[in-house]
Amino acid sequence: MGMGKEIRHKIAERAAQEIEAGMVVNLGIGIPTLVANYVRDLPVMFHAENGILGTGPSPEEGKENPNLCNAGGFPITASPGSSYFDSGVAFAIVRRGLLDMTIMGALEVSERGDLANWIVPGKRVPGMGGALELAQKAKKVVILMNHVGKDGKPKIVKQCSLPLTAEACVHLVITDMAVVAVEKDGLVLKEVFEPYSVEEVKENTGASFVRIDKLVKEGNRL
Amino acid sequence: MNTPMKQQPKHKTWNQIRPLFKNGMSLMVGGFGGVGNPPTLIRTILEEQIEDISVICNDAGFPDIGIGQLVSEKKVASLYTSHIGSNPNAGRQMTEGTLDVHFFPQGTLAEKIRAGGVGLGGVFVDVGVGNEFVEKDKQTVVINEKTYLVEPSLTADVSIVYAKKADSFGNLIYDTSARNTNPLVAMAGNITIAEVEEIVPLGELDPEEVVTSGVFVDHIVVSEGVDWSWAWEKK
Repeated sequence: MGMGKEIRHKIAERAAQEIEAGMVVNLGIGIPTLVANYVRDLPVMFHAENGILGTGPSPEEGKENPNLCNAGGFPITASPGSSYFDSGVAFAIVRRGLLDMTIMGALEVSERGDLANWIVPGKRVPGMGGALELAQKAKKVVILMNHVGKDGKPKIVKQCSLPLTAEACVHLVITDMAVVAVEKDGLVLKEVFEPYSVEEVKENTGASFVRIDKLVKEGNRL
Repeated sequence: MNTPMKQQPKHKTWNQIRPLFKNGMSLMVGGFGGVGNPPTLIRTILEEQIEDISVICNDAGFPDIGIGQLVSEKKVASLYTSHIGSNPNAGRQMTEGTLDVHFFPQGTLAEKIRAGGVGLGGVFVDVGVGNEFVEKDKQTVVINEKTYLVEPSLTADVSIVYAKKADSFGNLIYDTSARNTNPLVAMAGNITIAEVEEIVPLGELDPEEVVTSGVFVDHIVVSEGVDWSWAWEKK
Protein backbone atom coordinates (compact mmCIF):
# COMPACT_ATOMS: atom_id res chain seq x y z
CA MET A 1 0.00 0.00 0.00
CA GLY A 2 3.06 2.20 0.03
CA MET A 3 2.69 3.77 3.43
CA GLY A 4 4.86 3.67 6.53
CA LYS A 5 4.52 0.78 8.94
CA GLU A 6 3.57 3.14 11.73
CA ILE A 7 0.73 4.73 9.77
CA ARG A 8 -0.61 1.30 8.78
CA HIS A 9 -0.80 0.30 12.42
CA LYS A 10 -2.39 3.59 13.42
CA ILE A 11 -5.11 3.20 10.80
CA ALA A 12 -5.69 -0.34 12.03
CA GLU A 13 -5.86 0.88 15.62
CA ARG A 14 -8.42 3.54 14.68
CA ALA A 15 -10.47 0.97 12.75
CA ALA A 16 -10.53 -1.30 15.80
CA GLN A 17 -12.53 1.38 17.65
CA GLU A 18 -15.42 0.69 15.25
CA ILE A 19 -15.70 -2.89 16.48
CA GLU A 20 -18.15 -3.57 19.30
CA ALA A 21 -18.56 -6.50 21.64
CA GLY A 22 -20.46 -9.40 20.12
CA MET A 23 -19.78 -8.48 16.51
CA VAL A 24 -19.01 -10.92 13.70
CA VAL A 25 -16.28 -9.28 11.61
CA ASN A 26 -14.40 -10.15 8.44
CA LEU A 27 -10.92 -8.65 8.02
CA GLY A 28 -9.43 -8.35 4.54
CA ILE A 29 -5.81 -8.74 3.52
CA GLY A 30 -3.25 -6.01 4.32
CA ILE A 31 -3.98 -3.30 6.88
CA PRO A 32 -7.35 -4.83 7.80
CA THR A 33 -5.55 -7.95 9.05
CA LEU A 34 -3.71 -5.76 11.57
CA VAL A 35 -7.00 -4.62 13.12
CA ALA A 36 -7.25 -7.86 15.13
CA ASN A 37 -4.17 -6.80 17.11
CA TYR A 38 -6.02 -3.77 18.48
CA VAL A 39 -9.31 -5.37 19.47
CA ARG A 40 -8.25 -6.11 23.01
CA ASP A 41 -10.47 -8.18 25.26
CA LEU A 42 -13.69 -7.68 23.31
CA PRO A 43 -15.69 -10.81 22.59
CA VAL A 44 -15.58 -10.65 18.78
CA MET A 45 -15.86 -13.48 16.27
CA PHE A 46 -13.57 -12.98 13.31
CA HIS A 47 -14.75 -14.65 10.12
CA ALA A 48 -12.39 -16.04 7.47
CA GLU A 49 -13.98 -16.86 4.13
CA ASN A 50 -11.99 -20.07 3.71
CA GLY A 51 -14.11 -21.56 6.50
CA ILE A 52 -13.49 -20.38 10.05
CA LEU A 53 -15.49 -18.36 12.51
CA GLY A 54 -13.43 -17.32 15.51
CA THR A 55 -9.89 -16.87 14.22
CA GLY A 56 -7.34 -16.06 16.89
CA PRO A 57 -3.91 -14.41 16.94
CA SER A 58 -0.93 -15.60 14.90
CA PRO A 59 0.77 -18.64 16.44
CA GLU A 60 4.29 -18.47 17.82
CA GLU A 61 6.99 -19.15 15.29
CA GLY A 62 7.50 -22.89 14.98
CA LYS A 63 4.00 -23.67 16.29
CA GLU A 64 2.15 -23.05 13.03
CA ASN A 65 -0.29 -25.59 11.64
CA PRO A 66 0.14 -25.06 7.87
CA ASN A 67 -3.47 -26.14 7.38
CA LEU A 68 -4.84 -23.51 9.78
CA CYS A 69 -4.63 -20.23 7.88
CA ASN A 70 -6.70 -17.13 7.26
CA ALA A 71 -8.02 -16.30 3.79
CA GLY A 72 -4.73 -14.52 3.05
CA GLY A 73 -2.85 -17.79 3.59
CA PHE A 74 -1.15 -16.83 6.85
CA PRO A 75 -1.11 -19.14 9.86
CA ILE A 76 -3.54 -18.28 12.62
CA THR A 77 -4.98 -19.92 15.69
CA ALA A 78 -8.57 -20.76 16.57
CA SER A 79 -10.15 -18.92 19.52
CA PRO A 80 -12.39 -20.57 22.12
CA GLY A 81 -15.84 -20.95 20.58
CA SER A 82 -14.55 -21.07 17.02
CA SER A 83 -15.86 -23.39 14.34
CA TYR A 84 -14.62 -24.82 11.06
CA PHE A 85 -16.85 -25.30 8.04
CA ASP A 86 -16.56 -25.54 4.27
CA SER A 87 -16.33 -22.51 1.97
CA GLY A 88 -20.00 -22.86 1.06
CA VAL A 89 -21.00 -22.28 4.66
CA ALA A 90 -18.41 -19.51 4.96
CA PHE A 91 -20.30 -17.62 2.26
CA ALA A 92 -23.69 -18.62 3.61
CA ILE A 93 -22.72 -16.53 6.64
CA VAL A 94 -21.92 -13.62 4.31
CA ARG A 95 -24.95 -13.86 2.01
CA ARG A 96 -27.37 -14.33 4.91
CA GLY A 97 -26.24 -10.96 6.27
CA LEU A 98 -24.69 -12.34 9.44
CA LEU A 99 -21.51 -10.28 9.12
CA ASP A 100 -21.81 -7.17 11.25
CA MET A 101 -18.78 -5.61 9.63
CA THR A 102 -16.27 -6.16 6.88
CA ILE A 103 -13.03 -4.18 6.84
CA MET A 104 -11.23 -4.04 3.49
CA GLY A 105 -8.99 -1.96 1.26
CA ALA A 106 -10.08 0.05 -1.79
CA LEU A 107 -8.87 1.60 -5.01
CA GLU A 108 -11.71 4.15 -5.13
CA VAL A 109 -14.77 5.07 -3.06
CA SER A 110 -17.44 7.40 -4.43
CA GLU A 111 -19.46 10.00 -2.55
CA ARG A 112 -22.45 7.66 -2.55
CA GLY A 113 -20.43 4.78 -1.18
CA ASP A 114 -19.73 2.90 -4.41
CA LEU A 115 -16.68 0.70 -3.98
CA ALA A 116 -14.03 -0.21 -6.56
CA ASN A 117 -11.42 -2.61 -5.25
CA TRP A 118 -11.08 -5.60 -7.51
CA ILE A 119 -9.88 -4.76 -10.99
CA VAL A 120 -7.81 -2.27 -12.98
CA PRO A 121 -8.76 -3.29 -16.53
CA GLY A 122 -5.72 -4.05 -18.65
CA LYS A 123 -3.36 -3.73 -15.69
CA ARG A 124 -4.37 -5.73 -12.69
CA VAL A 125 -6.93 -8.50 -13.13
CA PRO A 126 -6.59 -10.74 -10.09
CA GLY A 127 -10.24 -11.81 -9.85
CA MET A 128 -12.76 -10.71 -7.28
CA GLY A 129 -12.25 -13.41 -4.66
CA GLY A 130 -14.92 -12.88 -2.01
CA ALA A 131 -14.96 -9.07 -2.29
CA LEU A 132 -18.36 -8.83 -4.00
CA GLU A 133 -20.14 -10.91 -1.40
CA LEU A 134 -18.49 -9.08 1.49
CA ALA A 135 -19.15 -5.60 0.09
CA GLN A 136 -22.71 -6.34 -0.97
CA LYS A 137 -23.85 -8.26 2.09
CA ALA A 138 -22.03 -7.09 5.24
CA LYS A 139 -24.10 -4.82 7.49
CA LYS A 140 -21.28 -2.30 7.68
CA VAL A 141 -18.43 -1.84 5.20
CA VAL A 142 -15.35 -0.04 6.56
CA ILE A 143 -12.60 0.88 4.10
CA LEU A 144 -8.98 1.40 5.13
CA MET A 145 -6.78 3.07 2.52
CA ASN A 146 -4.41 5.90 1.65
CA HIS A 147 -6.28 9.14 1.20
CA VAL A 148 -4.62 9.63 -2.19
CA GLY A 149 -3.15 7.18 -4.71
CA LYS A 150 0.50 6.80 -5.66
CA ASP A 151 -0.10 9.41 -8.37
CA GLY A 152 -1.32 11.87 -5.72
CA LYS A 153 -4.91 11.74 -6.98
CA PRO A 154 -7.82 11.48 -4.54
CA LYS A 155 -9.20 7.99 -3.97
CA ILE A 156 -12.45 9.37 -2.56
CA VAL A 157 -14.18 10.61 -5.70
CA LYS A 158 -17.49 11.88 -7.03
CA GLN A 159 -17.84 8.87 -9.28
CA CYS A 160 -15.60 5.79 -9.49
CA SER A 161 -13.65 5.48 -12.74
CA LEU A 162 -12.82 1.80 -12.11
CA PRO A 163 -15.32 -1.07 -12.39
CA LEU A 164 -17.37 -1.36 -9.21
CA THR A 165 -17.17 -4.14 -6.68
CA ALA A 166 -20.56 -3.11 -5.31
CA GLU A 167 -22.77 -0.01 -5.40
CA ALA A 168 -23.56 2.22 -2.44
CA CYS A 169 -22.12 -0.20 0.10
CA VAL A 170 -19.41 1.75 1.98
CA HIS A 171 -20.27 3.25 5.37
CA LEU A 172 -16.96 4.54 6.65
CA VAL A 173 -13.52 5.32 5.20
CA ILE A 174 -10.45 5.58 7.43
CA THR A 175 -7.32 6.97 5.79
CA ASP A 176 -3.95 8.37 6.80
CA MET A 177 -5.57 11.85 6.75
CA ALA A 178 -9.13 11.52 7.95
CA VAL A 179 -12.22 9.56 8.87
CA VAL A 180 -15.02 10.05 6.36
CA ALA A 181 -18.55 8.71 6.76
CA VAL A 182 -20.83 8.04 3.82
CA GLU A 183 -24.26 9.17 4.95
CA LYS A 184 -27.59 9.34 3.11
CA ASP A 185 -27.04 12.89 1.90
CA GLY A 186 -23.33 12.54 1.15
CA LEU A 187 -19.86 12.56 2.69
CA VAL A 188 -19.32 13.74 6.25
CA LEU A 189 -15.86 14.59 7.51
CA LYS A 190 -15.70 13.05 10.97
CA GLU A 191 -12.04 13.34 11.97
CA VAL A 192 -8.86 14.91 10.68
CA PHE A 193 -5.47 13.56 11.70
CA GLU A 194 -2.35 15.56 12.31
CA PRO A 195 -0.39 16.96 10.58
CA TYR A 196 -3.27 17.66 8.17
CA SER A 197 -5.80 20.50 8.20
CA VAL A 198 -9.46 20.38 7.18
CA GLU A 199 -8.48 22.42 4.15
CA GLU A 200 -5.82 19.88 3.12
CA VAL A 201 -8.27 17.02 3.49
CA LYS A 202 -10.76 18.87 1.28
CA GLU A 203 -8.05 19.52 -1.33
CA ASN A 204 -7.18 15.84 -1.43
CA THR A 205 -10.75 14.59 -1.60
CA GLY A 206 -12.35 14.34 -5.04
CA ALA A 207 -15.88 15.03 -3.79
CA SER A 208 -17.31 17.64 -1.45
CA PHE A 209 -18.39 17.14 2.13
CA VAL A 210 -22.03 17.84 2.90
CA ARG A 211 -21.05 18.36 6.54
CA ILE A 212 -18.02 18.70 8.67
CA ASP A 213 -18.62 17.10 12.02
CA LYS A 214 -18.91 19.60 14.85
CA LEU A 215 -16.30 17.71 16.78
CA VAL A 216 -13.62 17.92 14.08
CA LYS A 217 -10.54 19.58 15.44
CA GLU A 218 -7.49 19.97 13.32
CA GLY A 219 -4.53 18.17 14.75
CA ASN A 220 -6.32 15.09 16.15
CA ARG A 221 -3.75 12.40 16.56
CA LEU A 222 -4.23 9.34 14.46
CA MET B 1 -19.82 -60.43 11.95
CA ASN B 2 -20.72 -58.40 8.91
CA THR B 3 -17.60 -56.80 7.44
CA PRO B 4 -18.64 -55.51 4.04
CA MET B 5 -15.51 -53.47 3.31
CA LYS B 6 -12.94 -56.01 4.39
CA GLN B 7 -11.09 -55.85 1.09
CA GLN B 8 -10.65 -52.07 1.31
CA PRO B 9 -11.24 -51.82 -2.43
CA LYS B 10 -10.99 -48.01 -2.48
CA HIS B 11 -7.48 -47.86 -1.06
CA LYS B 12 -5.17 -47.56 -4.07
CA THR B 13 -1.46 -47.35 -4.71
CA TRP B 14 -0.11 -44.31 -6.54
CA ASN B 15 0.49 -46.41 -9.67
CA GLN B 16 -3.11 -47.66 -9.64
CA ILE B 17 -4.57 -44.18 -9.93
CA ARG B 18 -2.21 -42.86 -12.64
CA PRO B 19 -4.42 -44.06 -15.57
CA LEU B 20 -7.36 -42.02 -14.22
CA PHE B 21 -5.78 -38.79 -15.45
CA LYS B 22 -6.20 -38.00 -19.15
CA ASN B 23 -5.30 -35.18 -21.50
CA GLY B 24 -8.15 -32.70 -21.88
CA MET B 25 -9.89 -33.82 -18.69
CA SER B 26 -11.88 -31.49 -16.47
CA LEU B 27 -10.34 -31.49 -13.01
CA MET B 28 -11.90 -30.07 -9.88
CA VAL B 29 -9.43 -29.37 -7.10
CA GLY B 30 -10.15 -28.77 -3.40
CA GLY B 31 -8.19 -26.11 -1.55
CA PHE B 32 -7.88 -22.41 -0.89
CA GLY B 33 -4.61 -20.53 -1.39
CA GLY B 34 -2.76 -23.83 -1.63
CA VAL B 35 -4.05 -24.97 1.76
CA GLY B 36 -5.98 -28.17 1.23
CA ASN B 37 -4.75 -28.73 -2.33
CA PRO B 38 -3.79 -32.44 -2.51
CA PRO B 39 -0.02 -32.24 -3.01
CA THR B 40 0.88 -35.75 -4.16
CA LEU B 41 -2.08 -35.98 -6.54
CA ILE B 42 -0.98 -32.73 -8.19
CA ARG B 43 2.59 -34.03 -8.42
CA THR B 44 1.30 -37.25 -9.97
CA ILE B 45 -0.64 -35.35 -12.63
CA LEU B 46 2.58 -33.43 -13.43
CA GLU B 47 4.58 -36.68 -13.58
CA GLU B 48 2.03 -38.15 -15.97
CA GLN B 49 2.50 -35.06 -18.17
CA ILE B 50 -1.25 -34.58 -18.47
CA GLU B 51 -2.05 -31.54 -20.60
CA ASP B 52 -4.88 -29.31 -21.76
CA ILE B 53 -6.65 -29.58 -18.41
CA SER B 54 -9.81 -27.65 -17.62
CA VAL B 55 -9.40 -26.80 -13.94
CA ILE B 56 -12.06 -25.75 -11.46
CA CYS B 57 -10.49 -24.43 -8.27
CA ASN B 58 -11.07 -21.57 -5.83
CA ASP B 59 -7.82 -19.86 -6.88
CA ALA B 60 -4.61 -20.39 -8.87
CA GLY B 61 -2.47 -21.06 -5.79
CA PHE B 62 1.05 -19.67 -5.77
CA PRO B 63 3.61 -20.31 -8.55
CA ASP B 64 5.22 -23.27 -6.73
CA ILE B 65 2.37 -24.17 -4.39
CA GLY B 66 -0.53 -26.53 -4.97
CA ILE B 67 -2.65 -26.06 -8.06
CA GLY B 68 -0.31 -23.21 -9.01
CA GLN B 69 2.25 -25.81 -10.07
CA LEU B 70 -0.07 -27.12 -12.81
CA VAL B 71 -0.65 -23.56 -14.02
CA SER B 72 3.05 -22.67 -13.92
CA GLU B 73 3.90 -25.79 -15.96
CA LYS B 74 1.31 -24.69 -18.55
CA LYS B 75 -0.78 -27.81 -18.13
CA VAL B 76 -4.02 -25.84 -17.67
CA ALA B 77 -6.02 -24.68 -20.70
CA SER B 78 -8.98 -23.16 -18.89
CA LEU B 79 -9.56 -22.16 -15.30
CA TYR B 80 -12.83 -21.61 -13.44
CA THR B 81 -11.84 -19.66 -10.37
CA SER B 82 -12.38 -16.63 -8.15
CA HIS B 83 -8.83 -15.31 -7.74
CA ILE B 84 -5.46 -15.63 -9.47
CA GLY B 85 -3.71 -12.71 -7.77
CA SER B 86 -1.16 -14.87 -5.91
CA ASN B 87 0.08 -16.61 -9.06
CA PRO B 88 1.59 -14.16 -11.58
CA ASN B 89 2.04 -17.04 -14.05
CA ALA B 90 -1.74 -17.33 -14.33
CA GLY B 91 -2.10 -13.61 -15.03
CA ARG B 92 0.67 -13.73 -17.64
CA GLN B 93 -0.85 -16.72 -19.45
CA MET B 94 -4.27 -15.06 -19.35
CA THR B 95 -2.83 -11.89 -20.92
CA GLU B 96 -0.97 -13.94 -23.53
CA GLY B 97 -4.18 -15.76 -24.37
CA THR B 98 -2.93 -19.26 -23.52
CA LEU B 99 -5.06 -19.61 -20.38
CA ASP B 100 -8.80 -19.08 -20.58
CA VAL B 101 -9.90 -17.74 -17.19
CA HIS B 102 -13.52 -17.62 -16.02
CA PHE B 103 -13.94 -15.58 -12.85
CA PHE B 104 -16.78 -16.03 -10.37
CA PRO B 105 -17.37 -14.46 -6.95
CA GLN B 106 -15.87 -16.87 -4.43
CA GLY B 107 -19.11 -17.85 -2.73
CA THR B 108 -20.86 -18.21 -6.07
CA LEU B 109 -18.15 -20.58 -7.31
CA ALA B 110 -18.49 -22.62 -4.12
CA GLU B 111 -22.26 -22.88 -4.67
CA LYS B 112 -21.85 -23.84 -8.33
CA ILE B 113 -19.62 -26.70 -7.21
CA ARG B 114 -21.96 -27.63 -4.36
CA ALA B 115 -24.91 -27.59 -6.79
CA GLY B 116 -23.06 -30.00 -9.06
CA GLY B 117 -22.25 -32.18 -6.09
CA VAL B 118 -25.84 -32.38 -4.86
CA GLY B 119 -27.33 -33.03 -8.28
CA LEU B 120 -28.87 -29.65 -9.04
CA GLY B 121 -28.83 -27.86 -12.39
CA GLY B 122 -27.67 -24.60 -10.88
CA VAL B 123 -28.31 -21.91 -8.30
CA PHE B 124 -29.83 -18.41 -8.28
CA VAL B 125 -27.52 -15.79 -6.82
CA ASP B 126 -28.04 -12.06 -6.28
CA VAL B 127 -24.36 -11.32 -5.68
CA GLY B 128 -23.11 -9.33 -8.66
CA VAL B 129 -26.54 -8.36 -10.00
CA GLY B 130 -25.94 -5.00 -11.72
CA ASN B 131 -22.21 -5.67 -12.00
CA GLU B 132 -21.41 -5.76 -15.72
CA PHE B 133 -18.43 -8.11 -15.35
CA VAL B 134 -20.35 -10.65 -13.31
CA GLU B 135 -23.61 -10.36 -15.25
CA LYS B 136 -22.03 -10.74 -18.68
CA ASP B 137 -23.71 -13.52 -20.70
CA LYS B 138 -25.74 -14.67 -17.68
CA GLN B 139 -29.43 -15.41 -17.62
CA THR B 140 -31.45 -13.70 -14.93
CA VAL B 141 -34.57 -14.84 -13.16
CA VAL B 142 -37.01 -12.91 -10.97
CA ILE B 143 -38.21 -14.69 -7.84
CA ASN B 144 -40.48 -12.91 -5.37
CA GLU B 145 -39.77 -9.63 -7.17
CA LYS B 146 -36.04 -9.96 -6.71
CA THR B 147 -33.56 -10.46 -9.56
CA TYR B 148 -31.06 -13.30 -9.44
CA LEU B 149 -28.35 -14.50 -11.79
CA VAL B 150 -28.70 -18.08 -13.01
CA GLU B 151 -25.46 -19.89 -12.19
CA PRO B 152 -25.26 -23.36 -13.74
CA SER B 153 -23.79 -26.10 -11.59
CA LEU B 154 -20.30 -27.52 -12.14
CA THR B 155 -19.11 -31.11 -12.13
CA ALA B 156 -15.84 -32.58 -13.37
CA ASP B 157 -14.41 -35.75 -14.89
CA VAL B 158 -12.15 -36.05 -11.86
CA SER B 159 -12.26 -34.37 -8.44
CA ILE B 160 -9.17 -34.40 -6.24
CA VAL B 161 -9.37 -33.55 -2.55
CA TYR B 162 -7.17 -33.52 0.53
CA ALA B 163 -8.33 -34.82 3.89
CA LYS B 164 -6.79 -35.72 7.21
CA LYS B 165 -8.30 -39.15 7.63
CA ALA B 166 -10.32 -41.59 5.62
CA ASP B 167 -11.73 -44.90 6.70
CA SER B 168 -11.68 -47.70 4.16
CA PHE B 169 -15.16 -46.76 2.88
CA GLY B 170 -13.84 -43.26 2.07
CA ASN B 171 -15.58 -41.36 4.86
CA LEU B 172 -13.51 -38.22 5.31
CA ILE B 173 -12.60 -35.81 8.07
CA TYR B 174 -10.53 -32.74 7.38
CA ASP B 175 -7.93 -30.67 9.23
CA THR B 176 -9.00 -27.19 10.38
CA SER B 177 -9.15 -24.73 7.48
CA ALA B 178 -7.81 -27.28 5.01
CA ARG B 179 -11.47 -28.31 4.81
CA ASN B 180 -12.39 -25.19 2.76
CA THR B 181 -13.75 -26.27 -0.65
CA ASN B 182 -12.80 -29.95 -0.27
CA PRO B 183 -16.17 -31.33 0.90
CA LEU B 184 -17.90 -29.52 -1.99
CA VAL B 185 -15.37 -30.69 -4.57
CA ALA B 186 -15.53 -34.25 -3.23
CA MET B 187 -19.23 -34.46 -4.13
CA ALA B 188 -18.91 -32.95 -7.62
CA GLY B 189 -16.49 -35.33 -9.33
CA ASN B 190 -17.61 -38.10 -11.68
CA ILE B 191 -14.58 -39.79 -10.17
CA THR B 192 -13.40 -38.51 -6.78
CA ILE B 193 -9.93 -39.26 -5.44
CA ALA B 194 -9.11 -38.41 -1.84
CA GLU B 195 -5.49 -37.91 -0.79
CA VAL B 196 -5.35 -38.45 2.96
CA GLU B 197 -2.80 -38.36 5.76
CA GLU B 198 -4.07 -41.61 7.22
CA ILE B 199 -6.43 -44.46 6.42
CA VAL B 200 -8.12 -45.98 9.45
CA PRO B 201 -10.17 -49.16 9.75
CA LEU B 202 -13.96 -49.06 9.49
CA GLY B 203 -15.51 -48.10 12.79
CA GLU B 204 -12.63 -45.89 13.84
CA LEU B 205 -14.26 -42.63 12.68
CA ASP B 206 -17.17 -41.43 14.80
CA PRO B 207 -20.13 -41.25 12.38
CA GLU B 208 -21.11 -37.94 14.04
CA GLU B 209 -17.80 -36.44 12.98
CA VAL B 210 -17.64 -37.61 9.38
CA VAL B 211 -17.78 -34.54 7.11
CA THR B 212 -17.86 -36.24 3.69
CA SER B 213 -19.68 -39.53 3.36
CA GLY B 214 -17.53 -42.16 1.72
CA VAL B 215 -20.23 -42.76 -0.86
CA PHE B 216 -18.84 -39.74 -2.73
CA VAL B 217 -15.27 -41.07 -2.70
CA ASP B 218 -14.09 -43.58 -5.32
CA HIS B 219 -10.39 -43.89 -4.58
CA ILE B 220 -8.18 -43.20 -1.57
CA VAL B 221 -4.42 -42.65 -1.67
CA VAL B 222 -2.04 -41.89 1.18
CA SER B 223 -0.34 -38.51 0.95
CA GLU B 224 3.41 -38.13 0.70
CA GLY B 225 3.10 -34.60 2.06
CA VAL B 226 3.68 -31.18 0.56
CA ASP B 227 6.70 -30.71 -1.70
CA TRP B 228 6.75 -26.92 -1.43
CA SER B 229 7.53 -24.22 1.16
CA TRP B 230 4.64 -22.01 2.23
CA ALA B 231 4.80 -18.29 1.44
CA TRP B 232 4.94 -17.50 5.19
CA GLU B 233 7.83 -19.88 5.95
CA LYS B 234 11.23 -18.32 6.54
CA LYS B 235 13.43 -19.39 3.64
